[in-house]
Amino acid sequence: MRSAGEEELADLLRASIAGDERAYAAFLENVAARVRAFARRRMALGGADAEDIVQETLLAIHLKRHTWRQDAPVLPWVFAIARFKMIDAFRRSGRVKEVDIQAFSETLAEPETESASSRDIGRAIEALTPAQKAVVSSISVEGCSIADTARALDMSEGAVRVAFHRGLAAIAARFGKP
Amino acid sequence: METNDLIKTLARDARAAGPSLTATLAGALLPALLVAAVVFFAVLGPRPDFMAAAATPRFLLKFVVTGVLAATAFACLPALLRPGAQNRAMPLPLLAPAIIAVAVLVEFTAIPRSDWAARWIGTNNLVCLACIPLIGAGPLAVFLAALRRGAPTRPALAGAVAGLLAGGIGALFYAAHCTDDSPFFVATWYGIAIAALALLGALLGRRLLRW
Repeated sequence: MRSAGEEELADLLRASIAGDERAYAAFLENVAARVRAFARRRMALGGADAEDIVQETLLAIHLKRHTWRQDAPVLPWVFAIARFKMIDAFRRSGRVKEVDIQAFSETLAEPETESASSRDIGRAIEALTPAQKAVVSSISVEGCSIADTARALDMSEGAVRVAFHRGLAAIAARFGKP
Repeated sequence: METNDLIKTLARDARAAGPSLTATLAGALLPALLVAAVVFFAVLGPRPDFMAAAATPRFLLKFVVTGVLAATAFACLPALLRPGAQNRAMPLPLLAPAIIAVAVLVEFTAIPRSDWAARWIGTNNLVCLACIPLIGAGPLAVFLAALRRGAPTRPALAGAVAGLLAGGIGALFYAAHCTDDSPFFVATWYGIAIAALALLGALLGRRLLRW
């Protein structure tokens, strides 16, 4: 994946907000790479999982993309969100360690392949309402389009979009919580 | 879930829906003023000599100071809700305390020393302390609800500014009822009541404006 510059990222995000899914995927990939590098640099001493920060930042960017002024530079906005989410994660991990050293050692013993994030988002999906869960799993796990999901679940596309968006908001709200 | 799968998932929901942030904030203004007006007319109402008082500079100053506070606090809000945004409006809410400070200095020279205490304590300072937060509580709730659409990286500060705005609105209405017009009184009792709402806003903001 090619790294896009500031202007190019702003163009991609403007196109995304207008509804261009491909531009949005390209924007999020670029942002994920930048935030990953940023989080890894700052997590050299341990603490939260860098990939958790990336995912939490992507979710926050998605749910708060209307807080970006379309004529403002996009990277200061992205990194302000990433920094906010990282501080939040540090606070959480500090709390967890204080609570129970046993739980911490179990985390260490778990196999490398399962990242902390897969547990967090997976658990958050389990906590959704049945309708949200059906929509989110159809789109994110099975990879169906909005239109296919609407047909499969016998819902209108508008209703699918609303349930999907609310489901993502609920996942973000639950992220990292026990 | 893998990050790439998350990206594919989010991309499906690309189009941003809903009003802009500035539209959300502007839209909160009218309901906030309406709620404040309803509480004001239900509980207090304007003072009997409102028309006569309207010609006196001390009475008018109360509306200038509280109006300036509300307007400047409102101007600070948008940038507080946009991560990474520079907030050039941030020093503006200091304007209202500056105006009242000058008015207090003028009052020291305009009023004989023997009257200072009576003007400062006023006739109904407890009503003032109770009613400004009472009128401002509704607007604070309305603005906090609107602020939840934003992404404040300093939730307590955003809540405090919402509290200043609600306090300014509450004091603006209360000023029409209150018969104590001296800047001594306004600086002290209005100040305490508005600061209490700002503190409440900060505490609520820390809890409610997380995202």
